[in-house]
Amino acid sequence: MAETATPAETAKRANPETLRAARRSPASHLAPTFESGSVAGTVTLKEIPFQTMVGIRVERDSDAGARLASVTDGLPAACGEVSGSGRATTLWLGPEEFLVIAPESAHDSLGGDLIRALVEALGDDPGQVVDLSANRTTFELSGIRARDVLEKGCSLDLHPRAFRAGTALATEIGNIPAMLLKTGEESFRIFPRASFADFLGRWLLDGMREFASPEVP
Amino acid sequence: MLLISCPNCGPRDETEFHYGGQAHVAYPENPDALTDRQWAEYLFYRDNTKGAFAERWVHSTGCRQWFNMLRDTVSYDIQAIYKMGEPRPDMERAVVNTTAATTPEGATK
Ligand SMILES: [Zn+2]
Repeated sequence: MAETATPAETAKRANPETLRAARRSPASHLAPTFESGSVAGTVTLKEIPFQTMVGIRVERDSDAGARLASVTDGLPAACGEVSGSGRATTLWLGPEEFLVIAPESAHDSLGGDLIRALVEALGDDPGQVVDLSANRTTFELSGIRARDVLEKGCSLDLHPRAFRAGTALATEIGNIPAMLLKTGEESFRIFPRASFADFLGRWLLDGMREFASPEVP
Repeated sequence: MLLISCPNCGPRDETEFHYGGQAHVAYPENPDALTDRQWAEYLFYRDNTKGAFAERWVHSTGCRQWFNMLRDTVSYDIQAIYKMGEPRPDMERAVVNTTAATTPEGATK
Protein backbone atom coordinates (compact mmCIF):
# COMPACT_ATOMS: atom_id res chain seq x y z
CA MET A 1 0.00 0.00 0.00
CA ALA A 2 1.10 3.50 -0.77
CA GLU A 3 0.62 4.57 2.86
CA THR A 4 3.07 2.04 4.24
CA ALA A 5 6.01 3.84 5.76
CA THR A 6 9.42 3.09 4.30
CA PRO A 7 12.21 2.33 6.78
CA ALA A 8 13.67 5.77 6.05
CA GLU A 9 10.37 7.44 6.95
CA THR A 10 10.09 5.42 10.13
CA ALA A 11 13.57 6.50 11.14
CA LYS A 12 12.70 10.11 10.37
CA ARG A 13 9.55 9.88 12.45
CA ALA A 14 11.40 8.34 15.37
CA ASN A 15 13.62 11.40 15.62
CA PRO A 16 12.37 13.18 18.77
CA GLU A 17 12.35 16.64 17.21
CA THR A 18 10.50 15.55 14.08
CA LEU A 19 8.07 13.70 16.30
CA ARG A 20 7.52 16.73 18.49
CA ALA A 21 6.93 19.03 15.51
CA ALA A 22 4.31 16.68 14.11
CA ARG A 23 2.22 16.53 17.28
CA ARG A 24 -0.88 18.58 17.79
CA SER A 25 -2.37 18.80 21.29
CA PRO A 26 -6.12 18.34 21.87
CA ALA A 27 -6.71 22.03 22.69
CA SER A 28 -3.99 23.58 20.52
CA HIS A 29 -6.65 25.31 18.39
CA LEU A 30 -7.89 27.09 21.53
CA ALA A 31 -4.50 28.48 22.58
CA PRO A 32 -5.17 32.03 21.28
CA THR A 33 -8.65 31.98 22.85
CA PHE A 34 -7.22 30.83 26.19
CA GLU A 35 -4.77 33.71 26.04
CA SER A 36 -7.35 36.36 25.19
CA GLY A 37 -9.85 34.89 27.66
CA SER A 38 -7.39 34.94 30.55
CA VAL A 39 -7.64 37.86 32.96
CA ALA A 40 -4.17 38.61 34.30
CA GLY A 41 -4.09 38.61 38.10
CA THR A 42 -7.62 37.21 38.31
CA VAL A 43 -7.91 33.94 36.45
CA THR A 44 -5.79 32.43 33.71
CA LEU A 45 -6.18 29.29 31.64
CA LYS A 46 -3.63 27.46 29.55
CA GLU A 47 -3.02 24.02 28.18
CA ILE A 48 0.09 22.11 29.21
CA PRO A 49 0.32 19.73 26.27
CA PHE A 50 1.85 16.30 25.91
CA GLN A 51 2.56 15.41 29.51
CA THR A 52 3.70 11.84 29.94
CA MET A 53 0.95 9.81 31.61
CA VAL A 54 1.13 6.19 32.60
CA GLY A 55 -1.74 4.13 34.00
CA ILE A 56 -0.80 1.60 36.64
CA ARG A 57 -2.96 -1.19 37.99
CA VAL A 58 -1.34 -3.10 40.79
CA GLU A 59 -2.06 -4.26 44.31
CA ARG A 60 -0.38 -1.56 46.35
CA ASP A 61 0.79 -3.87 49.15
CA SER A 62 2.31 -6.48 46.83
CA ASP A 63 5.98 -6.82 45.91
CA ALA A 64 5.26 -5.39 42.46
CA GLY A 65 3.47 -2.49 44.15
CA ALA A 66 6.56 -1.78 46.23
CA ARG A 67 8.84 -1.95 43.18
CA LEU A 68 6.58 0.42 41.22
CA ALA A 69 6.42 2.74 44.22
CA SER A 70 10.20 2.95 44.24
CA VAL A 71 10.11 4.22 40.63
CA THR A 72 7.31 6.74 41.24
CA ASP A 73 8.40 7.75 44.75
CA GLY A 74 5.40 6.16 46.39
CA LEU A 75 1.88 5.13 45.43
CA PRO A 76 -1.00 7.04 47.04
CA ALA A 77 -2.93 5.01 49.61
CA ALA A 78 -6.39 6.59 49.54
CA CYS A 79 -8.80 8.73 47.55
CA GLY A 80 -7.47 12.27 47.12
CA GLU A 81 -3.87 11.42 47.93
CA VAL A 82 -1.06 12.38 45.58
CA SER A 83 2.46 11.05 45.86
CA GLY A 84 5.73 11.64 44.09
CA SER A 85 8.47 14.17 43.82
CA GLY A 86 10.27 16.03 41.07
CA ARG A 87 10.34 13.13 38.63
CA ALA A 88 6.65 12.25 38.55
CA THR A 89 3.35 12.88 40.31
CA THR A 90 1.10 9.91 41.03
CA LEU A 91 -2.65 10.28 41.45
CA TRP A 92 -5.00 7.81 43.13
CA LEU A 93 -7.69 6.62 40.70
CA GLY A 94 -8.95 3.62 42.62
CA PRO A 95 -7.83 1.15 45.30
CA GLU A 96 -5.56 -0.60 42.78
CA GLU A 97 -5.35 2.01 40.04
CA PHE A 98 -3.00 4.97 39.72
CA LEU A 99 -2.06 7.61 37.17
CA VAL A 100 1.57 8.71 36.91
CA ILE A 101 2.08 12.15 35.40
CA ALA A 102 5.49 13.40 34.36
CA PRO A 103 6.88 16.08 32.07
CA GLU A 104 6.83 15.46 28.33
CA SER A 105 10.58 14.76 28.28
CA ALA A 106 10.11 11.72 30.54
CA HIS A 107 8.44 9.86 27.67
CA ASP A 108 10.55 7.11 26.18
CA SER A 109 9.95 8.36 22.63
CA LEU A 110 11.63 11.65 23.57
CA GLY A 111 14.66 10.17 25.27
CA GLY A 112 13.15 9.53 28.70
CA ASP A 113 12.91 6.18 30.42
CA LEU A 114 9.87 6.41 32.72
CA ILE A 115 7.68 3.87 30.94
CA ARG A 116 10.47 1.34 30.53
CA ALA A 117 11.37 1.72 34.21
CA LEU A 118 7.76 1.11 35.22
CA VAL A 119 7.32 -1.87 32.89
CA GLU A 120 10.51 -3.38 34.31
CA ALA A 121 9.36 -2.74 37.87
CA LEU A 122 6.09 -4.59 37.27
CA GLY A 123 7.90 -7.49 35.61
CA ASP A 124 5.77 -10.59 35.16
CA ASP A 125 3.63 -9.92 38.22
CA PRO A 126 -0.12 -9.35 37.91
CA GLY A 127 -0.92 -5.76 36.99
CA GLN A 128 -0.69 -3.23 34.19
CA VAL A 129 1.59 -0.44 33.08
CA VAL A 130 0.04 1.36 30.11
CA ASP A 131 1.23 4.46 28.27
CA LEU A 132 -1.78 6.79 28.46
CA SER A 133 -0.02 9.99 27.40
CA ALA A 134 -2.46 10.56 24.54
CA ASN A 135 -5.52 9.84 26.67
CA ARG A 136 -5.78 13.14 28.50
CA THR A 137 -4.49 16.65 28.17
CA THR A 138 -3.73 19.07 30.98
CA PHE A 139 -5.34 22.43 31.66
CA GLU A 140 -3.90 24.80 34.19
CA LEU A 141 -6.43 27.14 35.76
CA SER A 142 -5.03 29.60 38.23
CA GLY A 143 -5.66 32.90 39.93
CA ILE A 144 -7.81 34.19 42.78
CA ARG A 145 -10.98 33.41 40.80
CA ALA A 146 -9.94 29.91 39.70
CA ARG A 147 -12.06 28.25 42.38
CA ASP A 148 -15.10 30.37 41.47
CA VAL A 149 -14.80 29.25 37.85
CA LEU A 150 -14.53 25.58 38.83
CA GLU A 151 -17.46 25.79 41.20
CA LYS A 152 -19.74 26.64 38.30
CA GLY A 153 -19.35 23.14 36.95
CA CYS A 154 -18.11 20.96 39.79
CA SER A 155 -20.14 19.96 42.82
CA LEU A 156 -17.21 18.89 45.02
CA ASP A 157 -16.51 20.98 48.09
CA LEU A 158 -13.60 23.05 46.77
CA HIS A 159 -13.26 25.23 49.85
CA PRO A 160 -9.61 25.17 51.02
CA ARG A 161 -10.64 23.60 54.34
CA ALA A 162 -11.95 20.57 52.43
CA PHE A 163 -9.85 20.54 49.27
CA ARG A 164 -6.20 21.19 50.07
CA ALA A 165 -3.27 21.81 47.78
CA GLY A 166 -1.67 18.50 46.90
CA THR A 167 -5.00 16.70 46.59
CA ALA A 168 -6.49 15.16 43.45
CA LEU A 169 -10.00 13.85 42.85
CA ALA A 170 -11.74 12.17 39.95
CA THR A 171 -15.05 13.90 39.42
CA GLU A 172 -17.28 15.70 36.95
CA ILE A 173 -16.53 19.22 35.72
CA GLY A 174 -19.07 20.74 33.38
CA ASN A 175 -20.83 17.36 33.29
CA ILE A 176 -17.83 15.53 31.87
CA PRO A 177 -15.53 13.19 33.81
CA ALA A 178 -12.14 14.67 34.63
CA MET A 179 -9.36 14.50 37.18
CA LEU A 180 -8.85 17.61 39.27
CA LEU A 181 -5.50 18.24 40.97
CA LYS A 182 -4.99 21.18 43.28
CA THR A 183 -1.37 22.22 42.86
CA GLY A 184 -1.39 25.40 44.98
CA GLU A 185 -3.76 27.62 46.93
CA GLU A 186 -4.93 29.28 43.72
CA SER A 187 -3.92 26.84 41.05
CA PHE A 188 -5.54 23.73 39.69
CA ARG A 189 -4.68 21.23 37.00
CA ILE A 190 -7.55 19.57 35.20
CA PHE A 191 -7.07 16.40 33.18
CA PRO A 192 -9.90 15.89 30.69
CA ARG A 193 -9.86 13.13 28.10
CA ALA A 194 -8.56 14.39 24.75
CA SER A 195 -11.98 14.24 23.09
CA PHE A 196 -13.45 16.45 25.84
CA ALA A 197 -10.66 19.04 25.75
CA ASP A 198 -12.44 21.38 23.33
CA PHE A 199 -15.70 21.23 25.28
CA LEU A 200 -14.11 21.71 28.70
CA GLY A 201 -11.80 24.46 27.42
CA ARG A 202 -14.77 26.43 26.12
CA TRP A 203 -16.76 25.70 29.29
CA LEU A 204 -13.97 27.13 31.46
CA LEU A 205 -13.56 30.15 29.16
CA ASP A 206 -17.28 30.83 29.49
CA GLY A 207 -16.98 30.58 33.27
CA MET A 208 -14.04 33.01 33.24
CA ARG A 209 -15.74 35.64 31.10
CA GLU A 210 -17.57 37.46 33.89
CA PHE A 211 -14.28 38.19 35.66
CA ALA A 212 -13.04 40.23 32.69
CA SER A 213 -15.71 42.87 33.36
CA PRO A 214 -15.67 45.31 36.25
CA GLU A 215 -17.48 43.96 39.30
CA VAL A 216 -21.05 45.18 39.67
CA PRO A 217 -21.36 46.65 43.13
CA MET B 1 -30.21 14.44 43.52
CA LEU B 2 -29.08 11.63 45.82
CA LEU B 3 -25.88 12.09 47.75
CA ILE B 4 -24.22 8.68 47.74
CA SER B 5 -21.33 7.83 50.06
CA CYS B 6 -18.87 5.80 48.02
CA PRO B 7 -16.98 3.43 50.38
CA ASN B 8 -13.72 4.62 48.76
CA CYS B 9 -14.34 8.29 47.94
CA GLY B 10 -16.95 9.56 50.38
CA PRO B 11 -20.13 11.48 49.55
CA ARG B 12 -20.60 12.33 45.87
CA ASP B 13 -23.44 13.34 43.58
CA GLU B 14 -25.66 10.60 42.22
CA THR B 15 -24.61 11.58 38.66
CA GLU B 16 -21.14 10.12 39.33
CA PHE B 17 -22.68 6.66 39.83
CA HIS B 18 -24.40 4.01 37.76
CA TYR B 19 -27.04 1.60 38.93
CA GLY B 20 -26.38 -2.14 38.72
CA GLY B 21 -29.73 -3.68 39.62
CA GLN B 22 -30.67 -6.04 42.41
CA ALA B 23 -27.83 -7.29 44.61
CA HIS B 24 -27.27 -10.83 45.88
CA VAL B 25 -28.59 -12.60 42.79
CA ALA B 26 -26.41 -15.70 42.93
CA TYR B 27 -25.25 -17.33 39.73
CA PRO B 28 -26.94 -20.73 39.49
CA GLU B 29 -24.77 -23.52 40.82
CA ASN B 30 -25.48 -25.69 37.82
CA PRO B 31 -26.80 -23.59 34.92
CA ASP B 32 -26.98 -26.64 32.61
CA ALA B 33 -29.59 -28.21 34.84
CA LEU B 34 -31.98 -25.26 34.60
CA THR B 35 -35.02 -25.29 32.36
CA ASP B 36 -35.38 -22.41 29.91
CA ARG B 37 -37.92 -20.86 32.21
CA GLN B 38 -35.61 -21.07 35.24
CA TRP B 39 -32.74 -19.62 33.22
CA ALA B 40 -34.92 -16.77 31.97
CA GLU B 41 -36.02 -16.10 35.52
CA TYR B 42 -32.42 -16.01 36.69
CA LEU B 43 -31.49 -13.59 33.90
CA PHE B 44 -34.47 -11.27 33.79
CA TYR B 45 -36.73 -11.64 36.83
CA ARG B 46 -36.02 -9.25 39.65
CA ASP B 47 -37.87 -8.25 42.78
CA ASN B 48 -39.95 -5.12 42.60
CA THR B 49 -39.73 -4.26 46.25
CA LYS B 50 -41.66 -1.48 47.86
CA GLY B 51 -39.40 -0.49 50.75
CA ALA B 52 -35.84 -1.52 51.59
CA PHE B 53 -34.11 -2.96 48.53
CA ALA B 54 -30.55 -4.27 48.22
CA GLU B 55 -28.96 -3.10 44.99
CA ARG B 56 -25.58 -2.70 43.31
CA TRP B 57 -24.00 0.61 42.33
CA VAL B 58 -20.72 1.55 40.67
CA HIS B 59 -18.84 4.82 41.18
CA SER B 60 -18.24 5.29 37.45
CA THR B 61 -16.63 8.73 37.39
CA GLY B 62 -14.69 8.16 40.61
CA CYS B 63 -12.91 5.03 41.75
CA ARG B 64 -14.86 2.78 39.32
CA GLN B 65 -15.54 0.26 42.10
CA TRP B 66 -18.78 -1.61 42.74
CA PHE B 67 -20.55 -1.70 46.09
CA ASN B 68 -23.92 -2.65 47.56
CA MET B 69 -26.56 -0.33 48.90
CA LEU B 70 -29.71 -0.83 50.93
CA ARG B 71 -32.13 1.81 49.72
CA ASP B 72 -35.78 2.46 50.47
CA THR B 73 -37.54 2.52 47.12
CA VAL B 74 -40.32 4.71 48.49
CA SER B 75 -38.40 7.38 50.41
CA TYR B 76 -35.02 6.96 48.62
CA ASP B 77 -33.49 6.84 52.08
CA ILE B 78 -30.10 5.11 51.89
CA GLN B 79 -30.04 2.79 54.91
CA ALA B 80 -26.69 1.10 54.41
CA ILE B 81 -23.73 0.90 52.07
CA TYR B 82 -21.56 -2.21 52.19
CA LYS B 83 -18.91 -4.04 50.20
CA MET B 84 -19.46 -6.45 47.35
CA GLY B 85 -19.50 -9.97 48.74
CA GLU B 86 -20.75 -8.91 52.15
CA PRO B 87 -24.18 -10.19 53.23
CA ARG B 88 -27.10 -7.83 53.34
CA PRO B 89 -27.03 -6.04 56.72
CA ASP B 90 -29.82 -7.06 59.04
CA MET B 91 -31.59 -3.75 59.52
CA GLU B 92 -34.78 -3.66 61.55
CA ARG B 93 -36.69 -1.77 58.90
CA ALA B 94 -35.48 -4.20 56.27
CA VAL B 95 -36.45 -7.46 57.94
CA VAL B 96 -39.71 -7.90 56.02
CA ASN B 97 -37.98 -8.17 52.66
CA THR B 98 -34.84 -10.07 53.59
CA THR B 99 -35.94 -13.46 52.26
CA ALA B 100 -37.26 -12.07 49.01
CA ALA B 101 -34.10 -10.16 48.21
CA THR B 102 -31.58 -12.89 48.98
CA THR B 103 -33.30 -15.72 47.11
CA PRO B 104 -33.37 -15.23 43.35
CA GLU B 105 -36.61 -16.53 41.92
CA GLY B 106 -34.96 -18.70 39.32
CA ALA B 107 -33.02 -20.65 41.91
CA THR B 108 -36.06 -21.80 43.83
CA LYS B 109 -38.73 -22.47 41.19
ZN1 LIG C 1 -15.59 5.97 44.64
